[in-house]
Amino acid sequence: MGSISLKNVSKVFGAHAVIPSIDLDITDGEFVVFVGPSGCGKSTLLRLIAGLEDVSDGEIVIDGKKATDLPPAKRGLSMVFQSYALYPHMSVRSNIAFPLKMAGEDKAVIDKKVADAARVLNLTDYLDRKPRQLSGGQRQRVAIGRAIVRQPEAFLFDEPLSNLDAALRVNMRLEISQLHQQLKTTMIYVTHDQVEAMTMADKIVVLNRGRIEQVGSPLELYHKPDNLFVAGFIGSPKMNFISGAPAAAYQAHTIGIRPEHLALSKEQGTWRGTVGVAEHLGSDTFLHVNADGIGTLTARVSGDFAVSHGDPVFLTPDVQRLHKFDEKGLAIR
Amino acid sequence: MARNVSTRRKLAVTAVAWTIGILIFFPILWTFLTSFKTEAQAIASPPAFLFFDWTTENYFEVQSRSNYFKHFMNSVVVSFGSTLLGLIIAIPAAWAMAFAPTKRTKDVLMWMLSTKMMPPVGVLVPMYLMFRNSGLLDTRTGLVIVLTLINLPIIIWMLYTYFKEIPGEILEAARMDGASLAKEIIYVLTPMAIPGIASTLLLNIILAWNEAFWTLNLSAAKAAPLTAFIASYSSPEGLFYAKLSAASTMAIAPILILGWFSQKQLVRGLTFGAVK
Repeated sequence: MGSISLKNVSKVFGAHAVIPSIDLDITDGEFVVFVGPSGCGKSTLLRLIAGLEDVSDGEIVIDGKKATDLPPAKRGLSMVFQSYALYPHMSVRSNIAFPLKMAGEDKAVIDKKVADAARVLNLTDYLDRKPRQLSGGQRQRVAIGRAIVRQPEAFLFDEPLSNLDAALRVNMRLEISQLHQQLKTTMIYVTHDQVEAMTMADKIVVLNRGRIEQVGSPLELYHKPDNLFVAGFIGSPKMNFISGAPAAAYQAHTIGIRPEHLALSKEQGTWRGTVGVAEHLGSDTFLHVNADGIGTLTARVSGDFAVSHGDPVFLTPDVQRLHKFDEKGLAIR
Repeated sequence: MARNVSTRRKLAVTAVAWTIGILIFFPILWTFLTSFKTEAQAIASPPAFLFFDWTTENYFEVQSRSNYFKHFMNSVVVSFGSTLLGLIIAIPAAWAMAFAPTKRTKDVLMWMLSTKMMPPVGVLVPMYLMFRNSGLLDTRTGLVIVLTLINLPIIIWMLYTYFKEIPGEILEAARMDGASLAKEIIYVLTPMAIPGIASTLLLNIILAWNEAFWTLNLSAAKAAPLTAFIASYSSPEGLFYAKLSAASTMAIAPILILGWFSQKQLVRGLTFGAVK
C-alpha cells in the first residue's frame, strides 16, 4: 500500500529555504504530478520523499510508517531519473536485476521477474545488450523495468521524458499511463510540462517557489484555478490576463480568459483589435490580437477562420468562463 | 591543391613529432648502448655510436658485485605496496570529495597538492629523525609509508577527477535500488572507474619505482631499491660509465616493459572522460 504523507516538510540549503513548509497527502494508487516552473522545488520535494536529500524539518510518512530518517533503500520506493541513470557497465538484464540482487533474491526468482518485466516493456530481445547500444526510448524503458521489478510501494519519476524527442515523448507518456492502470501502484511524477501533467495525472500539485499553489484534478485546475499563478500555468496557450478598466467592468482587479473562450468576429464584439501574428496549426489557429487599450490577447479559432495580419477583428469573452481575481491575485468566486 | 598542403603539413608534423620523440628517447638509447661498451670505449672521444666491440661483461660484472634481484624485489615491494596502500586510502577520500563535497573540499584538494610544491629536502631532517627514532630507517615498511605519503595527493587528485566524471544520479539510482554504501562503491562506482583506477595505479607504480630522493636517503642496504643500486655505481667508486649504464638499464627495464604492455590502458586513463 503506497500512501505517502508529508507533514510540515521543509528544506533549507544554507540560508535559502527551497521548500518553506509543505503538507501533502497522497493516497494509495494515485497518479500525482508535481508541476511548476524550473527552480520551484518540485525535484527537491521528490528527492526528499525518496530520501536522497534530508528534510530540514517535518515528517514523511510512507504507508503509515515514519520514514523521515530512513535511508532511500529502506523506503520501498523506486525512482526513474531524468538521465535514466542506467549502470553503463552492466547488460540490460543485470540493470533490471540489480535491485533484486541487492535485496538478496534467489537467482531463479530474479530470472523470472526480469523476464516478466522485459515482456511487459518489450525489452526481451535486448536483455543482453549494454545501455549504450539502446535508443533513448529503450533506455527509458530499462529504467522503468529496473523500477518495477521490486514491486515498490510507489514509483517516483523525475522528469523522465525530457531527454526524449517529441514523438517518443507522446508514446512514452501513454505507456506510463497504461503501466499505472496495470499496476495500480502510487506514482509521483515530476515535470515542468503542463501538458504531461494534464494528460497523465489523477491529481496535480502546482508548485511555485517551494509552495503548493493548488492541488486538484486536471480539470479542477483548468476550470477553477485558485490564483493567477495556477491560472497562467495550466492551459496552453496561456490564459489572457487583463487588468485596469476592462477588469473593473467585471468587478475584479484582474480578469482572465482562456484563448479558447474568446469568440472572434469580423463585425462586432466587446473588444476591438487588429490581428498581429497568426499561428496556423491546421485544426486550430492561434491569433495574437492587439486589442485597443488592453494589449495583446491570444484567441483560439477554428482552422477554417480566414484572417491575416492587420485585419480588424472583434473579441468577445465568454462571461460564464471568465476568471476574476482580486488585487492579491486570488480567485473571486 | 588543398590536398598537397595537407600532405605537406602532415609531413612537417610527423617530422617534428619524430624529432621530439628521438630527443626524449636518445639518453635512454645512449645508456643502453653504453652498457654494451668497455669502460674505455664508454669515455672515448669522439664517441662510438654503433660500431664498437659489443660486450655483455658489464652485466656480469654488475651482477657479481651487487645483488640485483634483492634490489629488484625491494623496488617491487615498495612501489606496488605504496601504490596499493595509497589506493585504499584514496578511493574513499576521492569518493567523499567527488560525491559529498563541502564548502572546503576545493581548499583541501589545493592544500594536498601544495605539499607537492615544497622541495622534499626541506623536510628531510625531521623525516630522517622520525624514521630513525621509530626504527623505520632502511626498512621496506618505512619506504612504503614515505612513498604512499608523497604520492597520495596525486592519487587522490587523479581519482577525484575520474570520479567527478561519473554522474551522481547513477550512484543515487544504486542507493534507491537498495545498495549499501559499500555495495555502491564495489558494484557501481569501482567498475565504472576501472580505467581511471588502472591508470592511477600504473602511473603511481612508475613514480614510486623511479623515486630516488627518499629511497636514497632513508635506505642503506637492507631495503635499498633499484635507485640505490644505480647510485652505487656512481661517485663512490669513481665513474664507471659502462657499468653505471648497465645498472641503469637493468633498473629501468622492468618498468619500461610494464609501461609498454599497459600503454593502451595508460593513455585511455589519462584521457578518460575527455570524449564521451
